[in-house]
Amino acid sequence: MGITFRKETFRDDYTFRNSPDHIRRFPFPFNEDSYMYAVNIEPHVVGPKGSVLENLIDVDEHYVAEMQDRALVLAEDPLRCQSLPHMTLAGWDLLELLMEQQALGYPEHFTLERNGDRWRWINRPLGIDDTFTFGDTSTLPYGPMEYITRQSQGDFCILDQRDGNLWMDAGMVTTQADWSLDFDIGMNFFEWHAPVPLAHEKGIFTRALKFLTNIQQGKPARRLNWTMTINPRLDTSPENYHKWGPDRATVTPENVGQKVHLRVELQSFWRLPRSNAIVFPIRCYLIKMDELVTQPKWARRLHRVIRDLPEELATYKGLTRYRPTLVEWLSKLDDGSPTSPGFGPD
Amino acid sequence: MSTGTTTLDVVVSDVVPVNELVTRFHFRRRDGGLLPTFSGGAHVVVEMRDGDRTRLNPYSLMGSPLDTREYTISVRRDDAGRGGSLFMHRQVKPGLEMVISYPVNLFSLDLRAKKHLMLAGGIGITPFMAQTSQLAGAGGNFELHYTCRTASLGTYADVLQQRYGSRVKLYHDDRGERIDLDRLLSSQPLGTHLYVCGPAGMINWVRDRAASLGWPLETVHFEHFAAPQPGAPFDVTLAVSGKTIHVGEQQSLLEAMEAAGVDPPYLCRGGVCGQCETNVISSDGKFIHNDHWLSEEDHRSGCKIMPCVSRFEGKSLVLER
Repeated sequence: MGITFRKETFRDDYTFRNSPDHIRRFPFPFNEDSYMYAVNIEPHVVGPKGSVLENLIDVDEHYVAEMQDRALVLAEDPLRCQSLPHMTLAGWDLLELLMEQQALGYPEHFTLERNGDRWRWINRPLGIDDTFTFGDTSTLPYGPMEYITRQSQGDFCILDQRDGNLWMDAGMVTTQADWSLDFDIGMNFFEWHAPVPLAHEKGIFTRALKFLTNIQQGKPARRLNWTMTINPRLDTSPENYHKWGPDRATVTPENVGQKVHLRVELQSFWRLPRSNAIVFPIRCYLIKMDELVTQPKWARRLHRVIRDLPEELATYKGLTRYRPTLVEWLSKLDDGSPTSPGFGPD
Repeated sequence: MSTGTTTLDVVVSDVVPVNELVTRFHFRRRDGGLLPTFSGGAHVVVEMRDGDRTRLNPYSLMGSPLDTREYTISVRRDDAGRGGSLFMHRQVKPGLEMVISYPVNLFSLDLRAKKHLMLAGGIGITPFMAQTSQLAGAGGNFELHYTCRTASLGTYADVLQQRYGSRVKLYHDDRGERIDLDRLLSSQPLGTHLYVCGPAGMINWVRDRAASLGWPLETVHFEHFAAPQPGAPFDVTLAVSGKTIHVGEQQSLLEAMEAAGVDPPYLCRGGVCGQCETNVISSDGKFIHNDHWLSEEDHRSGCKIMPCVSRFEGKSLVLER
C-alpha cells in the first residue's frame, strides 16, 4: 500500500492540509502540561507502526508538495544549499544514507540498485530514474548532497567534527524556522547556538556537544523541538522575513484555528561512515490549530503550555504578538481535566 | 560490551603472520553480509573471551575503507603486557567466532588539509594504512614518514612503498636513521596537517617540535591508545552501585568495574575519548593518571579519574559509579 501524495501549497493560497491519519500521527512535542528546555535526546530507533517513527527517515503524504516547494525556494535563492569543499565526501555519505533508508522504508516508491560503484536510483513519486557512479560527482546533475536532499523531506545540516567541536560546513536548508544557513555556514556549535536564551546558563550546550561528538555509527539519536508559524509556510527564513513576519499581526480570534500552526521539528543525528561527519536532519511537521484540537488531550495541554511559557521563550519563538489571542482561543477547549501521560492522543 | 557501541558478530577468516612480532587478523561478518563502511583512522574494540575473563582491546582498522567485505587489524605481540596481544597471537585462529564493535574514529583526517603529513612509529603504522588508502582513492596529497627498529620490523613498509613510491620514507633505527623533524616541519606548504601515531615518546617529541615551530594546535593530530599499565592492587568503593571492588595488579579499574557488573560507557579504552570519565567522591592517597583526556588541572584536583587507564595508591577511594 503506497502513500497518496497530496497536491497542495505552502505559500500563496495555502492549500496544505493533514489527512485524518496524519493528524493522529503528528509528533506532538509536549509530554506534560508545561515546557522547559531539556537535553531531550534519545536513541533514534524505529517506533510504532503508523507513527512518524515507523521508519528512521519518514516520507509522508506531503512529500511531493514539499519537494516542489523546495525547488521554488532554491530557484529564488541558491544559497539555501551550500557545501564547503571538504564536505563532498560527507555528501556522498548522506546520499547513501537517504537512498538506503527511503528505499528500505518505502519500496513501492523508491528503489536503489547497486552494482559495485554503479548505482541506479528510482524515485517514482518524482519521476526520477538515474544511473550514476558512486563517488563521481560528474555523473549526477547536482553535487551528491544537493541531489539527494532535493528528494528528501526536511532540512539537512552536515557537521564536520574536529578540534572537539562541530562545524556547520554543509547543508540544505529551505524549511527553517528563522535561521539561515548562509549566515551560520562555517560556524561551530557554540557560535550558531549563541542567540538561544536560557539554555546557556543551564549548561545545556556543553552537555549536548559532548553527547553529539560521541554519536557512533549505527546508533543515531533524536530530539523534538517546536515553534509556531502563521500560515502553513515551510520557508520562514530570515531572508524572507518581509514575507512571513507581518503575518504574525494578522491573527484574530476568528482565524486562529486556520492561521496558527504548531511547527514541530524531529531532529535526528547520525554519524556518517566515510567522512566521520555528523548529519543532522531537521524534519518539519506542520499542523493547524483546527486540526490539532480534534484531539482533546492535545488541545487542553497546548493551552497550558502556551499560557505558562516563560516570557523569554515566547519572545525567542516569536509568539509575543498573538499569544494572548491564541491562549484565549485554546482556553475554551480546556475543561481543566487532567491530561494523560505521554505525547500521543487519547 | 553493552554501553560503548553497537557490536558486530564476525568470524576470523584469516590469520597471517607479518613478521616476528606482528600478526594480521581478518574478520568477516558471520551472516556473510558487508561490514559497515568506515573512515581512515577508525578502530574497533575486539572482545576476547579468555576463560572466565573478557578482554576488550582497541585496534585500528587497516584495510581500505572502500572494501568492507572484511576488516583487517594488525596486532603487535607484547610479551610483557597484560595478555590481550598474546591471546590474539595464541588463541585466535581462522574460524573462531568473535564480537567486535562498530568502527569508531578518534583519529579522523581533517579533510580541509591541502596536504597530509603522516608520521608513524612501529605498530603506529596501522591507522595510516587505511588513511593512505582513503586519500589515494580520492587523489589526496599525502606523505608518510615511517620509523621502525629494523627493516624486518617495518610492518607493511614494502606494501606501502610499492603502492605509493616516494611518498613513503622509511627510517631504520638500527642504521641510525632519524627523521630530520625540524627540517621536515619547517618545509611544509601552508595548509598542511600533521598526523602522528606511535610510541608516547615519539608523539610528545613531534607535538613539542610542531608547537615550537609555530604549527597551530588544530593542525596537529595524534593517536596514542595507552594500554592500561599494571600496578599495585587497590580497593574502590562505588557509591552509586553500592559495591566495593578489588582492582588486581594486571587489571584496569574499568575492567574491575565491568567484572563487578557495573558498565561505564567507553569508546577507546585507552585514555583518550573521555567516555568513562568518573567523579571522585572522596580519596585518601595518590592518583596515577595515565590518560590524555583530563586537563592537568583535573589531574591535580583529584576530583576526576579515567578508569580505563588510571590507577590509585592509598588508603581509600570512593567513586561516583
